[in-house]
Amino acid sequence: MRLEPRPNPSLARTLGFTALAIAGAVIFSSILVMLAGANPFNVFSLVIKGAAGTQFALLETLTRATPLIFTGLAVAVAFRARLWNIGAEAQLYIGAVMTVVLGTGAITIPSFGLIPIIMVAAMLAGALVLLGPAILKTRFGVDEVVTTLLLNFIVILFVSLLLEGPLKDPMGLGWPQSKRIIAEAKLPRIITGKRLHYGFVLAIVSAGIVWFIMKKTVLGYEMRAVGHNAEAARFAGIPVNRVIAKTALISGGLAALAGFSEVAGLKGNLTLDLSPGYGYTGIVVAMLAMLNPLGVVLAAIFVAGIFVGADAMSRSANVPSYIAQVMVASALLTMVTAMMLMRYRIRWK
Amino acid sequence: MDENAAGKAEEVLRLSGITKRFGKLTANNAISLTLRRGEVVALLGENGAGKTTLMNILFGHYTADEGDIEVFGERLAPGDPRAALNAGVGMVHQHFTLAEQMSVLDNIALGTQSIWRPFLDRRAARERISKLAADYGLAVDPDRQISDLSVGERQRVEILKALYRDARILILDEPTAVLTPMEVEALFNTLKKLVADGLSVIFISHKLHEVMAVCDRVVVLRSGTVAGARQIGETDTHDLAQLMVGSELPQDDVSPAIPGKVLFALEKASTKAEGGAGLDAITLELRAGEITGLAGISGNGQAALAAAIAGTLPLTSGSIRIHGETMSGWSPRKALANKLGRIPEDRHATGMIGDMSVAENVISEAYPTRRFSRFGIIDWNAAAAFAREIIADYDVKCPSENARVRLLSGGNMQKLILGRALDGDPDVILASQPTRGLDIGAVSYVHRKLIEARDRGAAILLISEDLDEIQSLSDRIVVMSEGRLSAPSLRGERSQRELGILMAGHGMDQGPAGDTIHAA
Repeated sequence: MRLEPRPNPSLARTLGFTALAIAGAVIFSSILVMLAGANPFNVFSLVIKGAAGTQFALLETLTRATPLIFTGLAVAVAFRARLWNIGAEAQLYIGAVMTVVLGTGAITIPSFGLIPIIMVAAMLAGALVLLGPAILKTRFGVDEVVTTLLLNFIVILFVSLLLEGPLKDPMGLGWPQSKRIIAEAKLPRIITGKRLHYGFVLAIVSAGIVWFIMKKTVLGYEMRAVGHNAEAARFAGIPVNRVIAKTALISGGLAALAGFSEVAGLKGNLTLDLSPGYGYTGIVVAMLAMLNPLGVVLAAIFVAGIFVGADAMSRSANVPSYIAQVMVASALLTMVTAMMLMRYRIRWK
Repeated sequence: MDENAAGKAEEVLRLSGITKRFGKLTANNAISLTLRRGEVVALLGENGAGKTTLMNILFGHYTADEGDIEVFGERLAPGDPRAALNAGVGMVHQHFTLAEQMSVLDNIALGTQSIWRPFLDRRAARERISKLAADYGLAVDPDRQISDLSVGERQRVEILKALYRDARILILDEPTAVLTPMEVEALFNTLKKLVADGLSVIFISHKLHEVMAVCDRVVVLRSGTVAGARQIGETDTHDLAQLMVGSELPQDDVSPAIPGKVLFALEKASTKAEGGAGLDAITLELRAGEITGLAGISGNGQAALAAAIAGTLPLTSGSIRIHGETMSGWSPRKALANKLGRIPEDRHATGMIGDMSVAENVISEAYPTRRFSRFGIIDWNAAAAFAREIIADYDVKCPSENARVRLLSGGNMQKLILGRALDGDPDVILASQPTRGLDIGAVSYVHRKLIEARDRGAAILLISEDLDEIQSLSDRIVVMSEGRLSAPSLRGERSQRELGILMAGHGMDQGPAGDTIHAA
């Protein structure tokens, strides 16, 4: 068996293989569902209904997709330049910390001034969290997989310290949670009375901006060149270390926006369960999207839909909602396989 | 060797009618070859003549479209790399396949033990290795780690590895390319001992004098076919050269140079080691309208020199002068800004970005200029137009400017690099191994382009391990050895033998000082 590179994959082939990957994941999950003693058709229709069957379900899916778009973009940008940012979780929490530090009354000006200030501050903080590992990587060759991953634990423990100390809500009955942000710091809801907030719009806009940067700008070109072949990039005169640092700033900033949008748009305060692993799921989202910024939006909605749908399904079909994890994981595996098949042709002898 | 004995000796390997096509290209066309017990047969041919393809077929990496292989009278299963090993064929590749972090002993014994016996019988292995080493003059300490060994020692480990696996037929792919003359001599002694013990050797090379020195018979390949076969006693280097390149020796019709002023100079430049030796206080001047050829055995500082000029390896001391101006903080960007065009040694690793398109690759040096970007936005139309221009001017064979570079052949990649490096008529050109691995057509194309650039007044540094290439193109030749340079000589001033002596590191003492005198 041998792999031969294919010419540039066409759009049709890309879509075809993506469809095949989804089909493969569905078949694999079905087997597990049957092993759990349920009817896969029933389970899948419940998942779909739970994810998009009603207005409530659909809005819930989009709400859940919002932080995943941000973290997915963060990972996609970093991975494109071969900066293995496994620390989106940490950057998300730092973004959330900045949001409550500035949004709980430290500054009191109208929304149109306050929200941009908080956003910028959150992005800067997230960017700096990733800049450290990026500099360690370019200066001393320290593996950023290790540093960014471990920073997650450091940052989460740090947040825990803040929530037990300086940021603790005195009215919180002793719970480790921050004060609630003031009304001016809140992102408005898109539809009154529903949970979907303008963070979602911000996420879509961010995806468009990231797409434009990667596709059209000098910086995007440099990032792709460094990611594909750093040695050739350096030879051509591309300032590799500076490009990696810029990549880190963008990636960290995007991940921090996830934390900002969750606090300012949805939760209103900071607790330690703000993110059920959105930073890590961002890796899955980015890989499913083949690191394409616009694909990240679709992949995030897909993953969010499965989680939301599986929650609803498990309530009525008596199949544990863990099946959502299995579905997402198997979708990732089939997608990675499909990506390889898009780029290579298998020759049997 | 006694001619009668060689004539009667049994046939150990027979390739008959091997044909292999890659699309339109026929890499091997009905090649037949026999190897007898106790002889060394040279497989001679230029880069791209089909030597490597043929050996890859023998080793089952490729399957021949037509033809048969017999080893010791038995047909070898096609397309099975294990078959050749089991049949007693061992190969020493040009690029070694050793595990750097393991000992010599482990490297040799690796993979020879059944997995059901996980603990290597080290004593027996050590004894066997010592005996093989003593018998064939392959001295190497079995307990040293590969990463501590010199290139010559690594090659010995590779040969021992093959012998340890009971190879009776040994194939050496360009074994002398990386060796010093003394190591070459030791290798030849080993080969003589091996064939005296009844082994057979295929010696792949494009160096005529080596073939004459060590082989019994020679088979010459040219563009995929057997151009001729000779007993060594019945031929000479001139005859072989003609067979190798065709009926007529191409007259590299190089008009005399009209050297101008010094455009680029290194003064007492030193660097850290890079891909072999680092630079040791070398002084080098490149003049307008002149090709300076740099000869030397691989690993003697050529990589460091190329990287220092290209701007990827900083000088630890000394200075770089371009257009008479001393530069500080030399970098690829500075090199480009000062009209220095660079052709890197390794197209795949440093020259091109395989997973990006032709258009994306050709702008990789000039993208920050206003020609290709404004306000941080890349003008992809300009990039595509530039790519199409290079494709047309340099006759690059590729589907379109959007094709990924990985899909192009080495020669076409090199043309893209030439197009990128020579765009805007650079004043100084660094050409590092510009023809390595190219077929004859592409080689002469690259040569033509370099001479054209010279004739319009560029100062060119040609770094090559191929002494013939250096001698035919260069107006002035310097030899590099262990990071130092010899005094320059003009075209035809030193014989190949004299250059060889310099390459071996003798008579380098007049190095930098001599250079300065010439510069006056």
